[in-house]
Amino acid sequence: MIPVLLIVIPLLSGLVSFMLKSSTGAKNWALFSSIITLIVSLIGLNLQKTSAYLQFDASWLPGLGSSFAVGLDGMSKILSFLTALSFPVIFVATYRDEYKNANNFYALMLLSQTGLMGVFLANDALLFYFFWELALIPVYFLCSIWGGEKRIQATFKFFIYTFVGSLLMLVGLIYIYLKTPEHSFSLKAFYGMNQRLSGHDQSWLFWLFFIAFAIKMPIFPFHTWQPDTYEQSPTAVTMVLSGIMVKMGLFGLLRWLGPVVATGTWVWGDTASALCIIGMIYASLIAMQQDDLKRLIAYSSIAHIGLMCLAIFATTQTGLQGVMIQMFNHGINIIGLWIVVDLIERQFHTRKISELGGLAQKAPSLAIMLVVVALANVALPLTNAFVGEFLMFSGVYSSDATKYNVVFTVVAGISIILSAIYTLNMIQKVFFGNTNALTANAKDIKLNEKIILAVIIVAILLIGVFPKPMLEMTKESVDVILAKMNIKL
Amino acid sequence: MNAIIISALWGVVMMFSGVITTSKSAIRNLAVLGIIILLAANILDLGGNHFFPIDTHNMLDFETFGLLFNTIAFASSLLFFLLSAKDIENVGINYSEYFSLIFFVLCGVSIATSFNTLLMLFIGIEIISIPLYILTGSDKRNLKSNEASLKYLLMGAFSTGIMLLGIAFLYGASGTGTFFIDAIASDRSSASPLFIVGLLLLLVSMSFKVSAAPFHFWTPDVYDGAPSVFTSFMATIVKAAVFIAFIRLFGDAFGERLIRWQFFVALIIAATLLIGNITAVFQQSVKRMLAYSSIAQAGFMLFALLTLNSYAKDGIILYTAAYCLATIGIFAILIKMKDHSFEAYNGLAKHQPALAAVNTIFLLSLAGIPLTAGFFAKYYMLISALKTGQFLWLVILAVLCAAVSVYYYFRIIQAMYFKDGEPGEISASSSFKTVLIVIAVIIVLLGVFPQWLLDKLNILYL
Repeated sequence: MIPVLLIVIPLLSGLVSFMLKSSTGAKNWALFSSIITLIVSLIGLNLQKTSAYLQFDASWLPGLGSSFAVGLDGMSKILSFLTALSFPVIFVATYRDEYKNANNFYALMLLSQTGLMGVFLANDALLFYFFWELALIPVYFLCSIWGGEKRIQATFKFFIYTFVGSLLMLVGLIYIYLKTPEHSFSLKAFYGMNQRLSGHDQSWLFWLFFIAFAIKMPIFPFHTWQPDTYEQSPTAVTMVLSGIMVKMGLFGLLRWLGPVVATGTWVWGDTASALCIIGMIYASLIAMQQDDLKRLIAYSSIAHIGLMCLAIFATTQTGLQGVMIQMFNHGINIIGLWIVVDLIERQFHTRKISELGGLAQKAPSLAIMLVVVALANVALPLTNAFVGEFLMFSGVYSSDATKYNVVFTVVAGISIILSAIYTLNMIQKVFFGNTNALTANAKDIKLNEKIILAVIIVAILLIGVFPKPMLEMTKESVDVILAKMNIKL
Repeated sequence: MNAIIISALWGVVMMFSGVITTSKSAIRNLAVLGIIILLAANILDLGGNHFFPIDTHNMLDFETFGLLFNTIAFASSLLFFLLSAKDIENVGINYSEYFSLIFFVLCGVSIATSFNTLLMLFIGIEIISIPLYILTGSDKRNLKSNEASLKYLLMGAFSTGIMLLGIAFLYGASGTGTFFIDAIASDRSSASPLFIVGLLLLLVSMSFKVSAAPFHFWTPDVYDGAPSVFTSFMATIVKAAVFIAFIRLFGDAFGERLIRWQFFVALIIAATLLIGNITAVFQQSVKRMLAYSSIAQAGFMLFALLTLNSYAKDGIILYTAAYCLATIGIFAILIKMKDHSFEAYNGLAKHQPALAAVNTIFLLSLAGIPLTAGFFAKYYMLISALKTGQFLWLVILAVLCAAVSVYYYFRIIQAMYFKDGEPGEISASSSFKTVLIVIAVIIVLLGVFPQWLLDKLNILYL
């Protein structure tokens, strides 16, 4: 029941929101709905894993071997909780932003939440594909209507890119479906296939899926849509895109590619890892050159996602646990960063690092909050990202799946150093130094913004010192995935 | 049988209605009444109620597949009448005759979907084609319409000639003096060069009729030149009907010798998809873009011919329904626009939010986005091809082309929602909007429960 509610609540409230007239009404309605979703998600987190309320399976397309099967296991719990938590945070953080036709804006936001929830909860491949596309459509409209100056081209590029990827994935899904003995799209049937599909089939099936996921994450060289789209989208949408949507790619790898096409993943693991590594270094180097805060964070995100993808291909217990926890951490950290960027942009109407400076003197609370979030972005000990990245690095280093584990670890480590360089550099230029004409009259942040950032910081520190509950929650999912991925050849 | 006789009779009734009354609304209502009767009679036919016990000497075979399609064709025609019958007034003065011709086309449709000999196929296709030549040229004072009509006539006559030649070859090859489909299917001489030549000639001529590349050159000009209301009819119902005839012919007569011609069809599909989609990208007029889009969609529909398995048969029914519904809707809105350029749509979402919303659903359906009928239509085609296990390259090509198609369909969405402009006066009555919304709802319902349509239609039959 819980997974159905997680999908249905945002869906219905989104549809209702289209009908609303007043923009404040729509805003409050969306906030209210997202808080209800969060409560439902919290209830789901606390249920025993054997609870019947966590699984749901209804007949949908019997003739096509597909059913409306949704469920919450450890990995879906983490990601659906991230989705449920992010939306109220985003709504509160951008509460002051005014949108034209706000009812439509919030309706589409809620519909994109529906799609995201569906992706994370689906236990059926066709259903997964359905939600995968459904998450995309509202975001397309959100960016194109409420985005920046070059929004139409940027979003269109994003749409075409992801659409190509998902169609290729569809071909892969159908191919596997036809090979299943009982002609079924269910997760169980798909997991049964990893020994049945021939090595030759697996080696090309891998790419059909991987391209779709790599575009979404994005992994070099499929990343070119990302900085433009992040830059042009309204900040609330950028938060959804970078905080949650990129996790769809990682999630897809973990749930639908690794365990199903295990041989293919093993065969191409080094190639894919190499792409991740190249992307990490490349994105970090570009991030160092950026003057625009949004683009800087966009490139930094490519680097961080690259590391997670690398850890997935390492197929080790520690590495995957790190990925699970880091998917959540990256989500809240990057949303925290976007909130700060949004606060700065709203006050100074610029995102250029070169035009800002000395903010710490005028806005000390903002500066403190940003520094904590930024340090989490660099994965300093005591912050949540340290736990995740440490686990991932140790996973990659101890991996049996590749001969190049040491090389991968070292090169990936360099990108972490680079990330410290550009992040600290950004803090220094924006917050320290002398104030200029623009920042001389800067004001500090308001109470609601403080509360939201405080929530994020508490989460950062809490997970940083006490990650155990999350690790336990995801342990079982990791074991299932590993059992399927570690094939004995 | 019900549909063939009623549509022919009603065509005559419509022809004389112009003599009896000059009231346009009376004529219109009469046409709508006729199509409703036709639809009802066809559904009863599916249920086993034959009004006209005529012995056709097995020359016509009213099997479910054809009758199912007839239902879709008549239902689409009904929606077409409800949406666009008023716009036919603007074409010329012979209002009642236009309806009459449309009913004759529908008569041809019912024959083409139920033929059991090559002769009946030929007659059906001709009954479809000849009224269309007239309808294409019905805007008499417009040079483009005249040109289109002449082009269509010449090309159509040419392809009909090729078809007759093919039929003659098959007749000669068998040596049994029969045109029956089952006789051809069981013909032992099938390996003879005569037979193969006949088969290929039929393939070419039918590809001509469904505007598959490289026999598609007439399509953009004809669709562009014909009055938009009739383009809507031609590009949807008629095209789909010829497809059904195509699939019945090749499935029933040559299905067992699939290996011999499958590869040609694969090449035709590849060419059709590439030419249709890539050329559509460069169009500046929405109407011309839709003409190329119809070629591109034909490429997808041809997958059913390539595979001829159970997915293909279910899929083509769904595909024709999805394609007809969406395209009729898009054309109905296009007719109301001030011109046929993409710019005409600028700012439509602001001035006509309902029209923009339904138009978006139609376009998403044509692009094959999930939650619309178009997705499952394409899905069935892909799965039928993957089932054969040998056309992976073609499937990959098809999905890449589908991604290209997003580009030109979304141009309209972009114009409607993201660009500012004055779409001008649009005379959209509330009943017009209601019909469009009904179509949009059907498309979404089919996108969630695609089997509903197939099951419902099957239940009627059983």
